[in-house]
Amino acid sequence: MQGSVQLRSDPATQYLLRIGDTCLILGQRLGEWCGHAPVIEEDIALTNMALDLIGQARAVLTHAGKAQGFDEDQLAFLRDEPDYLNPTLVELPRGDFAFTMLRNLMVATWLKLLWQRLAASSDAELAAIAGKALKEARYHQQHAADWVVRLGDGTPESRRRSETALAQLWPYAAELFEADAVDDAARASGLGPGAAELQEPWLAEMDQVLAEAALTAPKESSFRSTGRRGIHSEHMGHLLAEMQHLQRAYPGGVW
Amino acid sequence: MTASNEWPLWEVFVRTKAGLDHKHCGSLHAADPKMAIQMARDVYTRRQEGSSVWVVRSDQITASDPGDKDMYFDPSDDKVYRHPTFYKLPKSVDHM
Repeated sequence: MQGSVQLRSDPATQYLLRIGDTCLILGQRLGEWCGHAPVIEEDIALTNMALDLIGQARAVLTHAGKAQGFDEDQLAFLRDEPDYLNPTLVELPRGDFAFTMLRNLMVATWLKLLWQRLAASSDAELAAIAGKALKEARYHQQHAADWVVRLGDGTPESRRRSETALAQLWPYAAELFEADAVDDAARASGLGPGAAELQEPWLAEMDQVLAEAALTAPKESSFRSTGRRGIHSEHMGHLLAEMQHLQRAYPGGVW
Repeated sequence: MTASNEWPLWEVFVRTKAGLDHKHCGSLHAADPKMAIQMARDVYTRRQEGSSVWVVRSDQITASDPGDKDMYFDPSDDKVYRHPTFYKLPKSVDHM
């Protein structure tokens, strides 16, 4: 059994892990659709996007671990649960197709806005990663937006499922925009935007799609998820068990 | 899904790079043109195959009847004079 790695968690590393882990964990969730999507064309589309996200995670995690001598695989597979800093939103079980598409829209819209800002990061490598990832995120956003509109403004069944997904997912968006010391440090150093800065443009773009889908965002609630601080939902442990067990059982195993 | 509410079939044409023709590369099911274009992108251009995609409803294509194959195409088998190989080209128009 392979032991865990422990990173020193300076603010810049935490900032990078939050981004890299968002891509990694959503990529893992989207991969669960492989062989299960409603039609084969969509099956391929979802796994394409899962691999886009894992590619982004590889780049960001490689960058985050380099200074401390860890590689992408160690960071992806050998951390303990509290050391993953993705927002809770991306670790929730994949749900039905309406749930997956709405979550993809929420995350892709957020990542697109984030990559846009990171393209001007003071960290040249992060800026280069962002430039490449931005094109992928734009497509993910468009793909998800189309489905959210189709399903929201579709049959009574698809509308019911869309409304349910929106009620379940919306409260988890608040965490994306909660500023803390990690964000303040990133803003001060020019590494990237603070979390709160993305809220307004995110809401504007979401509102546009939801209006077209004839859906209404729920009222703001006081609920706050805490994944970005390493305190995860009950689902994270199960996800990690599945994701990590090969590397834990067969250390250094490769294709 | 029953046959009556299945998504229609679309033929996909991909252009590999500017200046070349769009080539037929397969078909897929999609609800409308927009979805067909996106799915064509996801299914047929994953390995750098494309710089442009066309889709067309399969039922909009009129095809020759396979039963007419003899009548349509065999007569051209022995018409070698239709090939331009008998003409001598001036040197100045090389590479035709």
